Amino acid sequence: MGLESEIPVLTTTVEKMVQWARRSSIWPVTFGLACCAIEMMAMSCSRYDIARFGAEVFRGSPRQSDLMIVAGRLSRKMAPALRRIYDQMPEPKWVISMGACASIGGVFDNYALVQGVDQVVPVDVYVPGCPPRPESLIYGIVQLQRKIAQQKLA
Amino acid sequence: MDAEALVTVLREALPAPVEPTPSLDRQPTIYVSAGTLEQAALTLRDRSDLQFSVLVELTAADFWPREPRFEVIYLLLSPAHRLRLRMKVRLAADAAHVPTVSGVWRAANWLEREVWDLFGIVFDGHPDPRRLLMPEDWEGFPLRKDYPVQINLRVRTTEPTQVTEEEFRANLVADRLARKP
Repeated sequence: MGLESEIPVLTTTVEKMVQWARRSSIWPVTFGLACCAIEMMAMSCSRYDIARFGAEVFRGSPRQSDLMIVAGRLSRKMAPALRRIYDQMPEPKWVISMGACASIGGVFDNYALVQGVDQVVPVDVYVPGCPPRPESLIYGIVQLQRKIAQQKLA
Repeated sequence: MDAEALVTVLREALPAPVEPTPSLDRQPTIYVSAGTLEQAALTLRDRSDLQFSVLVELTAADFWPREPRFEVIYLLLSPAHRLRLRMKVRLAADAAHVPTVSGVWRAANWLEREVWDLFGIVFDGHPDPRRLLMPEDWEGFPLRKDYPVQINLRVRTTEPTQVTEEEFRANLVADRLARKP
């Protein structure tokens, strides 16, 4: 980058610009499954205000989203629906596994729940907690932004 | 009418055998046999001094390895006479089926499906005997005491096909025809 002439122009690479654009406007799909979703909603509301990090536009349609926050325990019956929502999201897409249940099954070590959503979709960031506080989830999203900022185009 | 009076009426009204057991609350518990269940249910609902018109809950309990293993439990309410009643049916493990009461109380439809789903108790004559909570192709009955609760099966990420291939093609053709200008 440099300011070499009188014309106010910043130069950069396409890759950096794309990374900047992707990480600065993450649109999450609403996938609240249990109590973690309450913390996720708190995160998106005025007190914690995820808009500061450019990820506040929760969409009801996976086709308009690029992040899926799996907030809560995933039952085996729900797994096909989760996978279908994920498949409907356009590339590039990322997944945050929010809370103990989504990450490893949590306290529910039984037949009905999937022991970790990484058996169903690829997960980029795991957020620990039961449920995680909104700050934790914000931290997870910032970690994801760092990850996106390092993703090469080719 | 208090609990004792209700039991007296029930002894007289219901087909034998009614085995009332003492309870501390004002809600008597009676046992009826699977064979007389339908008749008992109709009597309880329709007799003018009973009128148990509400089926509050229908559930089951597994007492494995005791025999008889299962109990199907009906919680009844009579708003007209302000009465409550527990009715139970004991079932042996190798004869785990009772007649449906979904024709008597419509609320029983889904409750019986739930009990079938989780306990594997068959409700003879049920209009829609599908699983309610578990996936339709699930094997086993999770609330049975001998079910391996911590079983970790492979996760299915696709749903079972809900239409046959012929139905799918017929729909496709009909859809194309409908879209033609």
